[in-house]
Amino acid sequence: MTLAEKILSRKAGKKSVEPGEYLLLDVDVALANDITAPIAIENFKKYGGKKVFSPEKLVLVPDHFVPNKDIKSAMQVKLLRDFAKEQEIKNFFEVGRMGIEHVILPDLGIVKSGDLVVGADSHTCTYGALGAFATGVGSTDIAGVMLIGKIWLKVPESIKIELHGSFNEFVTAKDLILKIISILGVDGATYKSIEFLGSGVENITMDGRFTISNMAIEAGGKTGLFPVDERTVEYEKERNITVEKMYPDEDAKYFKSLNIDLKTLEPQVAYPFLPSNCKNISEAEKDRIKVDQVVIGSCTNGRIEDLRLAAEIFKNHRVNPDVRCIIIPGSQEVYKQALNEGLINIFMEAECAVSTPTCGPCLGGHMGILAKDEIAVSTTNRNFVGRMGHPDSKVFLASPAVAAASAIKGFIADPRKL
Amino acid sequence: MKIEGKCFVFGDNVNTDEIIPARYLNTSDPFELAKYCMEDIRPGFGKREDIKGSIIVAGENFGCGSSREHAPIAIKAAGISCVIAKSFARIFFRNAINIALPIVELKEVEEFDEGDVVEVDFENGIIKNKTKNKTYTVHSYPELLREILKFGGWLEYCLKKSGGDTE
Repeated sequence: MTLAEKILSRKAGKKSVEPGEYLLLDVDVALANDITAPIAIENFKKYGGKKVFSPEKLVLVPDHFVPNKDIKSAMQVKLLRDFAKEQEIKNFFEVGRMGIEHVILPDLGIVKSGDLVVGADSHTCTYGALGAFATGVGSTDIAGVMLIGKIWLKVPESIKIELHGSFNEFVTAKDLILKIISILGVDGATYKSIEFLGSGVENITMDGRFTISNMAIEAGGKTGLFPVDERTVEYEKERNITVEKMYPDEDAKYFKSLNIDLKTLEPQVAYPFLPSNCKNISEAEKDRIKVDQVVIGSCTNGRIEDLRLAAEIFKNHRVNPDVRCIIIPGSQEVYKQALNEGLINIFMEAECAVSTPTCGPCLGGHMGILAKDEIAVSTTNRNFVGRMGHPDSKVFLASPAVAAASAIKGFIADPRKL
Repeated sequence: MKIEGKCFVFGDNVNTDEIIPARYLNTSDPFELAKYCMEDIRPGFGKREDIKGSIIVAGENFGCGSSREHAPIAIKAAGISCVIAKSFARIFFRNAINIALPIVELKEVEEFDEGDVVEVDFENGIIKNKTKNKTYTVHSYPELLREILKFGGWLEYCLKKSGGDTE
């Protein structure tokens, strides 16, 4: 069995499951945010819900438009806050104690290896890094979990990405996943589980794995899974969680396989308006694309390693006078750690703006909206038309290293040449 | 469960913005939404009387784009009894089942023309094009999805399973 089949068969209490099979399963964790939870709560009440099925399984994270950007978002967060109090949902995260959902849930040990996680947010697939079957669903699905604690799922076919070797300097997990999306295409993994396997996996850190699994959805993937190996077991141990290693069976059936040698990768830049629209940085740099804004953060690249990498590049440099650079630690914990390690100081000296955790500009919410014809280099996950502001603005996706180098140079630049 | 109706044929990659344009999303009233179903690719479609009980036939990746649940809601409220497509976008598929809009995947959709009269037998996985006198076998719904559809949707199913007691 593949990793997906293993997790789902365990959840179903069956010896094995086949792709295409439908299952009705108990959910370990269900999450929703300030945009999607209100519809779920409304449906829960409409269907006569009085007490949620298991308050300990529900997680409500106001992260998209917080600190509240306007009256409408304040009302939505208030709805979540009141519901969490009324239903005794302890996993509600208030400003000052919060972070982006996909950064905090693994860090706090709320989701763990082997779990079945559903979230009313497409980037729920992030937890696949832990070897958890995690997938984005609709608000009605979350209302269903509130009512009976269950979800229906189709067992997906799986795609194997076999990794070898290790990254060269300034090449990151972000570059790998962008490369994979450019090979598969934005719908190349629709309905499917993407599984990252091979000897190269052991050379990818947990933060890197979160970045990779996070963007499985950008290839249409239902989930993006890593095996549970030494690193995962260690990560969970630090959170007082004991898990066992998990790999796919030798005879697991894959719909498709891909081989990638990490050593051959270069930093990538995804041009507008699709994450699959990638170029190597050596090519992209020749285009001399002038940059107005740089964003470093999000559920894709807002973890401590991302900030360390950015700080390494910003040290003894300043942001180009024509560029605004906004850095958003993914959680209060990441922020504190960055502060203790002196990273925030480096950013401030380099004249970056450092924000409290929020999804903010990634989806054009707040904290850095683009004007007409402006160009941003961003470590986020989508570069669709108007994603970060004006419909005539453009977003180029890249790693924290490329983003930081571009902020310093004022055009899309190669961090290896700085 | 069996249904019979006239076909309305659409192409590949019909996205959620075409099924229900974002400018009409200021309401969640299904019958308001229904009026603008397919408005941008077939103006006036949602307001036609003859679509009641009819079948939408489409190509690949039907319902791609945003995850808005309004899309299957608009189709269902317009009186469409079933959507037959070559393939469906994943979240649209979920959303359709969750609100009990019957949808079926069929490879040979090219053989269908506008106005053909088609019968869909969900239980046995049989589609009959009565106008062309051709029969196709499709994967019948697994029992779980059949039950969800029978109860009228996922939340109705949840209510039934909890015995109506959601305390």
